[in-house]
Parts: sequence; C-alpha cells; structure tokens
Amino acid sequence: MIVAERKPFEEIWNMISHYNRILVLGCGTCVTICWAGGEKEVGILASQLKIAGEKNNELIITESVPERQCEIEMIQELKDKEGNIDAILSMGCGAGVQTVAGIFTDIPVFPALNTTFLGMPEAEGLWVEMCSACGDCYLAYTGGICPVTRCGKGLLNGPCGGTRKGGKCEIDPEKDCAWVLIYRRLEKLSMLDLMEQYREPKNYRAVKRPGIIRATAR
Amino acid sequence: MKPVPFREVLEKKDFIVTVEVAPQKGTNTGKAISHINLLKDRVDALNVTDNQSSVMRYPSVGMCLLIKENGGEPVMQATCRDKNRLAIQADLLFASSRGINNVLCLTGDAIDVGDHTQAKPVFELDSVQLINLVNTLNSGKDMAGNELNGKTDFCIGASATPSSDPVEPQLLKFRKKVHQGISFVQTQAVYDIDELKRFIEYARKLDGGMKILAGIVPVISARMAEYMNANVPGIFVPDTLITELKNTPKGEGIKKGIEIAARFIRQIKDEKVCDGVHIMFIGREERIPEILEASGLWA
Ligand code: SF4
Ligand code: SF4
Repeated sequence: MIVAERKPFEEIWNMISHYNRILVLGCGTCVTICWAGGEKEVGILASQLKIAGEKNNELIITESVPERQCEIEMIQELKDKEGNIDAILSMGCGAGVQTVAGIFTDIPVFPALNTTFLGMPEAEGLWVEMCSACGDCYLAYTGGICPVTRCGKGLLNGPCGGTRKGGKCEIDPEKDCAWVLIYRRLEKLSMLDLMEQYREPKNYRAVKRPGIIRATAR
Repeated sequence: MKPVPFREVLEKKDFIVTVEVAPQKGTNTGKAISHINLLKDRVDALNVTDNQSSVMRYPSVGMCLLIKENGGEPVMQATCRDKNRLAIQADLLFASSRGINNVLCLTGDAIDVGDHTQAKPVFELDSVQLINLVNTLNSGKDMAGNELNGKTDFCIGASATPSSDPVEPQLLKFRKKVHQGISFVQTQAVYDIDELKRFIEYARKLDGGMKILAGIVPVISARMAEYMNANVPGIFVPDTLITELKNTPKGEGIKKGIEIAARFIRQIKDEKVCDGVHIMFIGREERIPEILEASGLWA
C-alpha cells in the first residue's frame, strides 16, 4: 500500500485560503488504511477549513471520498461538480492528486498530503516502508527483506560499518539494521551463501523514469 | 626526499604508520599544509578524509594534491555517499593522472550526521562494489566495460570493524572486500588488544595477502570514552582504560590519551600483532608527533 501523511494545516491553508468553493477529496483505499485521507480525515480537514475560514461568508466546503482516486473512471463520475467548485484539495496520494488534475482541467488541484512510501501497517497506527519500486527486485537474495529500502544507505553487499550495538541502524537507533535482519533470516534458512555472493552495482535505470508499463496481453 | 610509494611501503616495511588528516572547510590551505609538513617525513602516508562525517569540506583529492606538492605520500579516501558512478570514476581518473595512487574505499557516513542534512544521499555503489570498480579501472576498463585511454594503478585499501555487535555480518562483508582484492585494511579504532588479535587471526585466515593497520584514536577523557561506547558504532573502550582516564588529573587528559595510545601502539609493534597502525587524531593533528615520539616511531 501507499503510505502518506497529512501536511500541516498552515501549509494547506496557505494554498487554499483565497478560494471560496472547495472540494475536499479523499480516497477510500491506501490513504484510508494509513489514516491520512479517508472519510474520517476528510471530515476533520473540512471542519478545520470551516473554522479557519469562518469570516468568509462565501466559503463552501464539500466532501467526497471515491473508492480510489487514482482511477480515471471513479473521478470522471465527479466531473459534473466542476462548475460548482473553485478548487480541489486532494487527500489522495500523489498519483491520486494527478489523476484528479488530469480530469478537472479547469480548476486547480492541491495536495493535502505528503506521499511518503510504499509500506504496510506493522502495528496499530504504525506503518513501515518496505519497497522503493526499484524495478529489479532483489528479495530472492535477501531473505525477503529489502536492502534497497530498509537499509538506510540502500547497500547491496552487507552492512556498513555504522551498525550500532544490538544490530540497530546508524541512521536511526530506533530502527533495525536491515543487513543484520537479512543475515539472521538467511542464517535461519541456511541460505547465507546468498549473502556471501558478490552483488553487482544496481541497475538504477531498470525503470526509465517516468515509468510506463504497457500490457501486451490480458 | 622523494616519498616511497605506499605500495612499496606495504611490501617492505615491518611496521607501517599512517595518519589521518582532514581538509578544512574553505579555501585557506595554510593549516593543512602545515599539518602535511609536520607529518609527511615521519609517517608512511597521509590519509585524507572525504567529506568526513558528512560535513562538506575541501575535497580529499585536493588535499591529496597538496600532499604530493609538498613531498608526502597521500592516501585518498573515496566514499559512495556523494557521487554516482560517473563522478566517482572521473575523480579516480583525475587522481591517478596526478600521481595519487592510493585509495581507501569506504561506504561513507550517513548524511544525517553531517551539516547538509537535506542532501540527497547517493550511495549508488557500496564499498565492495567500489573496490571492484577501482580494480576494474586498474585493469584498463571503466565500469561499463569501455577501454580506458590510460589506466589507473591504484593501491586499494578498505576498512574493517572488528568490534561490532553482532560481528558476523560485519565479518561477512569484510570477506567480500577481501575477495574483491585489496592491499591494505584499516580497522575502526580499537582499544582492546585481545579483540584486535581475534580479528587479525580471522583476517589472516582469509589469506588476502593484505596488510592490516590497527586504527588508533586517542581517548582523552573518561567522558569521551563512555560517550563513544554508548554512541559510536563499532567502538569499545575497556573499563580499565576508563578508570585510568578517570584517575587522570584535570587538564592532563590529552597527555594521558597520547600516553595510552602510544602504549597500545608499542604493544602492537612489540608483539607483532599486525602490520602497522593508522592514527586518527582529527582536530589535534599537531599533537600526533607526540604519539609517534612516545611510541618510539619518531625516527
Ligand atoms: S528490491 Fe526492494 S525496492 Fe526493489 S522491488 Fe524488491 S522490494 Fe521493491
Ligand atoms: S546500519 Fe545497517 S541498515 Fe543502517 S545504513 Fe548501515 S547497513 Fe544500512
């Protein structure tokens, strides 16, 4: 899933305060699960906007939470609202914001979230990054633990010299060193030879950014 | 006096001594040159940091040139943090063309510990791949397999962390560096002779033919030692040293630190524990001669 966090209200307000009719647009998929842009968060932001703009008599805040903001069909359904709004405040991920902007071509679309990473909920209210969509997956060599993403330096041949006592990461003592995790997992699976092998420098052009995939069959 | 190439030093000398020097932040090279002149004839090589601790400075290659110009033998540190493969290779070609023939291949510290904390961490290569890369340039090719018009001739070094916890993943990575082909190894600062001996015994078994230099960083107060134990990865200062530092009268910490370092160096040399030492006393380079004198290395 895609994980995002809401921007500080002040930043949002600075983007949007001179518009009167604002649609706050959430998304029912990833950002609902990470508590950033679902129905509840749309409601909270809408109330904050109403309070901040209470002196503006013309301020009209509407709310909508399509199932997925990154699907053209689902956003197309909202297109008839365009004449009645001045701006959209999207609470979708970056892909959602851009999908909406591609459809609502006559009004500005602003992001209310900072899209942060691809991850998963590890515990209640805790999301961790798992994948950087590098286009050349290494998980087969690393016991299913992504070094590109979960090692603070994205190293491919083992830990840096900065690993802290007890196997914590140099960059953040709260986090485990990915290479210690990889070592322990491969050891348990009797697959340490995979870590012993030399890994060539990564192909950083495995995905030619911006990435496009065209299906050849379905 | 023309300096002896470090490669030759590694082959011939019984006890090798290198020191670390850090370039300044800015263009005034006066202090760097005075450090170079103070040390160049007393040690086998001056090893120059590369944006050490992720703090932006005058480049390693720049200070290596100053060392050459002033008659010393430089070791250029190269990290993977700030440059992609094009930039790293170009820098190495430049260094080689100017007679800088020693390179220490490092991963590099995290951006977060430095003074440009919003910078993009590059880390496109890791230290094992960097060693492979330098060997490739030495063979006359670039990383993409293209023929070079003039190859490099680097003597390659790597670092090792003997006292990590857990140590196994570090040793595995170290093996990979050795397998890529290195001529010398510098350890992280060590204070415990048994720990050093265990590592040396392990490294010798790998049979890479490389020379091993023990990392020496003088600790100048009990507080510094305790701080390092708690916060600096891969460093372990034994309690006996901490007690010794605690019992040192105020104002004599540096002297004590120098004395402890010198004692350790003498022990390494007398017991032939490893092939030499690499002394790091960043910010106090002018006191390195005292360490050399006290350990009997001031020839
Ligand atoms: S190696 Fe890591 S970043 Fe690349 S695809 Fe696999 S999980 Fe994602
Ligand atoms: S401590 Fe481990 S996870 Fe952190 S940067 Fe170093 S190798 Fe990567």
